[in-house]
Amino acid sequence: MSGHAGLRYAFARVHHGETEMVSHLEHLAAKHRADHEIYFVALDMAEWSRTNLRQSAQVAADHDIGLSQRSPGPGPLDRLQEGMSTLLGRRPEPGLLLLEDLRDAYLRASQTSLAWEMLAQHAQAAHDTDILELAGRCHPQNLRQIRWCNTMLKTLAPQTLTSL
Amino acid sequence: MVHGATDRLIDPWGARTPYGPGDTWPARVDECYADGIEPTQAQRWVQTASLLHSNGDAMDIAVADGQIVGVRGRAEDRVNRGRLDIKDLFAWQANNATDRLTQPLLRRDGELVPVNWDTAMAAVVGRSRQLLDSDGPGAIAFYTTGQLFAEEYYTLATIARAGIGTNHLDGNTRLCTATAGEALKETFGSDGQPASYTDVDFADVIALFGHNVAETQPVLWMRILDRLAGPEPPRLLVVDPRRTAVAAKATVHLAPRPGTNLAVMNALLHEVIAHKWVDQSWVDEHTVGFDELQQRVADCTPEWAAEICDLDADDIRAAAALVGSAERLLATVLQGFYQSHQATAAAVQVNNLVLLRGMLGRPGCGVLQMNGQPTAENTRECGANGDLPGFRNWENTEHIAQLAKVWNVEPLQIPHYTPPTHAMQIFRYAEQGSVKFLWISGTNPAVSLPELSRIRSILAKVGLFVVVQDIFLSETAQLADVVLPAATWGENTGVFTNADRTVHLSEQAVEPPGAARSDLNIFLEYAAAMRLTDKDGEPLIKWTDPESAFEAWKQCSAGRPCDYSGLSYALLREHGGIQWPVTADAPVGTERLYSDGHFWAAPDVCESYGRDLATGASVEETEYRALNPNGKAILKAAEFVPLHEDVSDEYPMQLITGRTIFHFHTRTKTGRTPQLRAAAPDVWAELSPIDAARLEVSEGDLIDVESPRGAIRAAVRLTESRPGVVFVPFHYGYWDVARSGPEAGQPGRAANELTITDWDPVSKQPIFKTSVCRVSRVPGSEDVPGAADELLAAADETTAADQRYGAADEMSQR
Repeated sequence: MSGHAGLRYAFARVHHGETEMVSHLEHLAAKHRADHEIYFVALDMAEWSRTNLRQSAQVAADHDIGLSQRSPGPGPLDRLQEGMSTLLGRRPEPGLLLLEDLRDAYLRASQTSLAWEMLAQHAQAAHDTDILELAGRCHPQNLRQIRWCNTMLKTLAPQTLTSL
Repeated sequence: MVHGATDRLIDPWGARTPYGPGDTWPARVDECYADGIEPTQAQRWVQTASLLHSNGDAMDIAVADGQIVGVRGRAEDRVNRGRLDIKDLFAWQANNATDRLTQPLLRRDGELVPVNWDTAMAAVVGRSRQLLDSDGPGAIAFYTTGQLFAEEYYTLATIARAGIGTNHLDGNTRLCTATAGEALKETFGSDGQPASYTDVDFADVIALFGHNVAETQPVLWMRILDRLAGPEPPRLLVVDPRRTAVAAKATVHLAPRPGTNLAVMNALLHEVIAHKWVDQSWVDEHTVGFDELQQRVADCTPEWAAEICDLDADDIRAAAALVGSAERLLATVLQGFYQSHQATAAAVQVNNLVLLRGMLGRPGCGVLQMNGQPTAENTRECGANGDLPGFRNWENTEHIAQLAKVWNVEPLQIPHYTPPTHAMQIFRYAEQGSVKFLWISGTNPAVSLPELSRIRSILAKVGLFVVVQDIFLSETAQLADVVLPAATWGENTGVFTNADRTVHLSEQAVEPPGAARSDLNIFLEYAAAMRLTDKDGEPLIKWTDPESAFEAWKQCSAGRPCDYSGLSYALLREHGGIQWPVTADAPVGTERLYSDGHFWAAPDVCESYGRDLATGASVEETEYRALNPNGKAILKAAEFVPLHEDVSDEYPMQLITGRTIFHFHTRTKTGRTPQLRAAAPDVWAELSPIDAARLEVSEGDLIDVESPRGAIRAAVRLTESRPGVVFVPFHYGYWDVARSGPEAGQPGRAANELTITDWDPVSKQPIFKTSVCRVSRVPGSEDVPGAADELLAAADETTAADQRYGAADEMSQR
């Protein structure tokens, strides 16, 4: 089938992007346990990426494309990190680390967003309503992750940077 | 010690004065005087309103020989028609408590020692100046209250935002009213209470969401009780995990699992849409967002919610039918929603319910997003709570220009690069060390914030200079570097605004004790000593007393939703309570907002472009302009997100904290009022009989309640609450007990030893109603001397009070 390699490429990009989002958001949470809003919201949003992974794997399978349905879980390192960050999080340096990590999350989420764009554009051109519907469901969640990273960075940057 | 109201300790809501729909609520004058004083002996009567909740009950203070000798409700006032809450009847006595702070204290060699005002103020100003020079304005933060006057908040906001130029000013209103303000902004574009207390007079259905009005606003509950006792009574829907006095009167009571309010609301909206109870033409004309809301709740069936909330689907259907069939629906919301998981998202769905039904701006119809404190509304209006004065939008450069003009400063002087910093973030910055100066006025975070071990460690931090301005040496003041003695209600003058926008003037009746000064005078003196100036080098603060401060605030409010420009002290003296906006067009106030279906939601006038209801991410201005170009009300949908901390084998129960009828906050006044103290002298924990049987504890037994954060010891009270849920009142701290809590290796007493540090990402209101805990009986507690005796004695008394109050409730039902 013509275009199947392109579809495989787009799905692979989405899968890679969302897999990274799960692990990055969970890592962000673990590392910044003492910044409570970051911790809880990052974990809530990691769940959205898990859902996106599950749903995209299903639709990909319908198109004979195998994506691993196993979504990453928090590793032992994250748990260790969580304990460390609670202990260390009450010092000033983590403020700058948090800005770095939010910046990184924003960039990863943006890459994932571009992957969803490519998948949706492929679906438009190929008249594939299943994939269009998938992108319509999942891409907005990814965009919300981007907006959150931007909001938190904007909120925390002035105090963090002027106090260094 | 007092006379005139002691029967109210037995029946807190007093005798019924029944009335029917559309009738005027009959007057009933409540009063209480010092022993040996009759009303005729008062030399002066001084006008004010209630201080120990948000209801704004108008009253007069009786003065004799320079002392407060009693209080009497004002029969002519629209809010209370003469009635007073039990706390207001008695707590004026606390003004004269022997341990009032009467002179400034300064920490020297680790001890707080008395000093004069010049020395104390020099320490505060010296540290402020030094930090401004070395670190900049971001090192300075202010944490205020919901109990000062508008004039004081406006002065503080001007000092912080235009003088110091810090973004770090918030109130303890963050704990009580932040979600109310945020939910109104999300739906109506701007803060502003839509409905009026008079809607109780007309409603045929009153739906109370997480609002234990009987204990939080007892006089409003009297109004509802009087409707219930009259012809054609309203039907009540109550959503509350506890079987409160309000729930006992409900037609339908839903007791969902704590933390699942949004699921309840989405199911109610699902039913309202599915049964076509929507006023479609009103919705089409006045709102945006219907299609998205419809789609979002399409799968939220009663069965779906029943599973999440542990409810019966038929009860959810009955609740939906009740609100769906109402002809005049009044909805109210309070802490059961605001201090719970997904607070703003759930409170917004109550707005949506009212909008879908087209129940707004007419008698008996509307929504009351409540608050808990007497002047919380003013904190919001005056910009002392994490908003800008006059409900201005920090992202709107024209709004900043207006403020800059009012204050005569450069726009850049006013921080508007991020939302004003919320309280929990201020404490986080203090924890990290970037905030080095924290001025706390009229609030007691060492008892009222979540996870107290953490808060104590922040307040005690080396390198954080803590100023506490209060009337007693609270748990927080004990950790301060400087303590400033303040005047309180009856000792100073100002206006305050209740939860239905009613403004009252509260006048000075007596002199403050010793060297104590009004909060306004303290702020004015600080501004002068700091030499804060405008852009022309003139003093920034151009007012000198309460009335000139009020005139300045009027100018700042003009043209905004909370427009005070038509008010004056003279008008308030003459007329009593008046609801804002008060303008040339509405000279005696405005009963209901949005009667004409127009909102303060157009992109150029709105207070906020909104936030993502799950993450708190800001909606950009361009998005908002596209979504809502014509300034309609916004139907904003939200998905249910599972609880952040849920029960486990280790912590199998849920903890909720809350307010009870005999006390206010951390009991700084009510704990020093003999009658109120005796009615509820020590902390208790409410358990359902099912849990009590499983744990083998009975009424009065001592239990340890433990969470991942800490532990407290409390006496058991058995109540008909949801099994699996423990309720602990949040009033109790350590100032009045010999044992001084966890820091001294003693059992904890403050509910916030247990609570989780987590907040709603939209309103930033901490979550006090979904911590987990475990409960165990204190083995051999009857053998423990001292503390246990005290607790057991307390339990006996409180149980007795509880039984009396239960009996009164039964009587009122007959």
